[in-house]
Amino acid sequence: MNMNYTAEELAFRDEVRAFLDEKLPADIAAKVKGFRRLTKEDHQRWQKILSEQGWYATHWPEEYGGVKWTPVQKHIWDEESCAYGVPRSIPFGVNMVAPVIIKFGNEEQKQQYLPRILSGEDWWCQGYSEPGAGSDLASLKTRAVRDGDHYIVNGQKTWTTLGQHANMIFCLVRTNTEVKAQEGISFLLIDMNTPGITVRPIITLDGEHEVNEVFFEDVKVPVENLVGEEDKGWTYAKYLLTYERTGLAGIGLSKAALSHLKQLASRRLKNGKPLLEDPTFSQRIAQVEIDLMAASISNLRIIAAVEGGGVPGAESSMLKVKGTEIRQAINDLARRALGPYAIPFVEEEMSYDYEGDFLSDENAAPLSSQYFNNRKLSIFGGSNEIQKNIVSKMILGL
Amino acid sequence: MDFTLSEEQQMLQDTVARLVRGEYSFEKRLEFSETELGFSEDFWKQLGELGLTAVPFPEELGGFGGGGVEIQSVMTELGRGLCLEPYLQSVVLGGGILSQAGNDEQKEKYLAGVASGELKVAVGLQEPQAFYNQNEVASKAEKSGDGYTLSGRKAVVIGGHCADLIIVSARTSGDVNDADGISLFAIDPNAEGVERRTYPTVDGAKGCDVVLNNVQVGADALLGEEGKAADVIEYQTGRAIAALCAEAVGCMEEANELTLEYLKQRKQFGVPIGKFQVLQHRMVDMMSELEQARSMAILAASYADAEQSDERRRTLAAAKNVINRAGQFISEKGIQSHGGIGMTWEYSFAHYAKRLVMIGHQLGDDDFHLERYASLLQAS
Repeated sequence: MNMNYTAEELAFRDEVRAFLDEKLPADIAAKVKGFRRLTKEDHQRWQKILSEQGWYATHWPEEYGGVKWTPVQKHIWDEESCAYGVPRSIPFGVNMVAPVIIKFGNEEQKQQYLPRILSGEDWWCQGYSEPGAGSDLASLKTRAVRDGDHYIVNGQKTWTTLGQHANMIFCLVRTNTEVKAQEGISFLLIDMNTPGITVRPIITLDGEHEVNEVFFEDVKVPVENLVGEEDKGWTYAKYLLTYERTGLAGIGLSKAALSHLKQLASRRLKNGKPLLEDPTFSQRIAQVEIDLMAASISNLRIIAAVEGGGVPGAESSMLKVKGTEIRQAINDLARRALGPYAIPFVEEEMSYDYEGDFLSDENAAPLSSQYFNNRKLSIFGGSNEIQKNIVSKMILGL
Repeated sequence: MDFTLSEEQQMLQDTVARLVRGEYSFEKRLEFSETELGFSEDFWKQLGELGLTAVPFPEELGGFGGGGVEIQSVMTELGRGLCLEPYLQSVVLGGGILSQAGNDEQKEKYLAGVASGELKVAVGLQEPQAFYNQNEVASKAEKSGDGYTLSGRKAVVIGGHCADLIIVSARTSGDVNDADGISLFAIDPNAEGVERRTYPTVDGAKGCDVVLNNVQVGADALLGEEGKAADVIEYQTGRAIAALCAEAVGCMEEANELTLEYLKQRKQFGVPIGKFQVLQHRMVDMMSELEQARSMAILAASYADAEQSDERRRTLAAAKNVINRAGQFISEKGIQSHGGIGMTWEYSFAHYAKRLVMIGHQLGDDDFHLERYASLLQAS
């Protein structure tokens, strides 16, 4: 029983801190910490810095330009980068399609795509969900019909995060309608500039343009863009989802959000005293901090088990549920801390460049929006109900 | 980072687990509970003979200086068996106070007996008017001759009915809420003026209120420095909280296993009820609460014997808050998932539920610990 880092791990943490002290652009960190909007350029600028450091692809084997971090090192990176205000990495290329290409793709695909992900030349998005296929993903209908050297793709994908920035999309498509739903799905890599593809924004409840609909109308995709075997896409999709699920608990992000909340609560006043000292509000904060403490130990237990050679299983599902509930609770408190100033929707104050007077608190403007935006946490990456189904089946045997 | 037990710790836990499995069937437990003693004299002796009551004590007393993790290993298994013996009161809390506050003579006099199990200690730190706050002490200890005269009332002293020694707090100076001025005394339960009002507890054990009617004690009854007991009480209560968290985790593990088993075998509408998603998700929630509780019990154990600090205070308050809430959740949802059978005396689940909810009333409920944590909040 030992909850401490080893000397090597502490040295690694120092290395991470030194790197972030030196290389993380102050404007980007300020935007992240203040929950301001990040531009495509912000993401690309930071990705380039990470790539140059050799720390961009932490899930990849070294031969493809990855870095071999232990689970504990990844955890240290997660904690430190969240605390410093590092932008959340856009996972679709580096952490989602790349592991699939590495495991199931052919040599040409590896040569073609992996370097472009590392360099930031390609921005990938994910073509999984459809209007009629959400939690029941295998019921997807987007069709790909073989025609000589091409597939002709027709259909619609939705909830495509940051698809407006992407030049590549990986898609689950139906190549066989004669067999069981799961057995007729293939995994296709598609260039977003191919004729017949239309991207339309979906504006979310907070007024943001984060997700999109992508329409496919007789889109010609070369057969060499098929990953692995035709009709075996479901296997690859599930493999990818295990990558998606790790880290979804967002413990590091919750810690950063909690620290932000406490700073806010020490500035906001109630009865002439900081909210942080108000009996009711301080107890609300205390409760979420306690729950986060427990979840972060649960997270460490999973990490230590993986470090010891185990596989992260359905325990991550349980933690995803708990972790997302905690983060939503923190967002809820941040909104409450504003009192009536949670109400104004002052878009200009959400921009990092805003130089005018703040209506109430310099960090107020994005907080109600963030609360609403983060309702997504319990929906994406497999809704929390789906996670419970997984635990029920895999751990409980029900 | 490593969350596995060492070989010795695992052996210790296995030893207790085997003993509990062999000697503490649910049926036997009901019988033990109904005796005048309220637990098994024989099982207590075995704990002593196997050196388990000596675990936290030094080698010369037959122990091996076990810390939080060793106590956790023992208490988890005692929790699984719903064991009624006063391990927490006598070994962890009583033994802890004597070790920390006692002078050489007092240690010499008492600790060997505590470590062997022959001397059973009970501890009375709370009072009827004090809502879990152990610094709210109205009982008085007034100087008389060489010793003191004690008067007052100590509330819900678990194991006090059969204790050979009772440790009580009483005020030697200051106002009722002052941390300063509290002293600890080791008293003979049979001394003149000690009145014990004994009762069974909801969770099957026994306890008493101890009324002190001008009890005369010698100067040698004072444990530690006069008026300076608050720190000892706080520190040792912290150790006891960690132990109680471990016991609760043992209870929760067993409670969840019982519920899961029931979901698989109970059929309604022609299928096992575990096929119904609403019950599946509830069961997952119960497992998830157990995981949170387990994490906090581990963390609490790692802080149990650490030097006192605000971080230790926060951690132990957080642990007890999580444990209490998880215990109540698992109890309520488990009874609901069992339906009628979960309401019966003859089936074990209800007894786990009762123990878990009563653990919530020992050494501070979740509100108490939430307030305590909030009062220690750091600004960022």
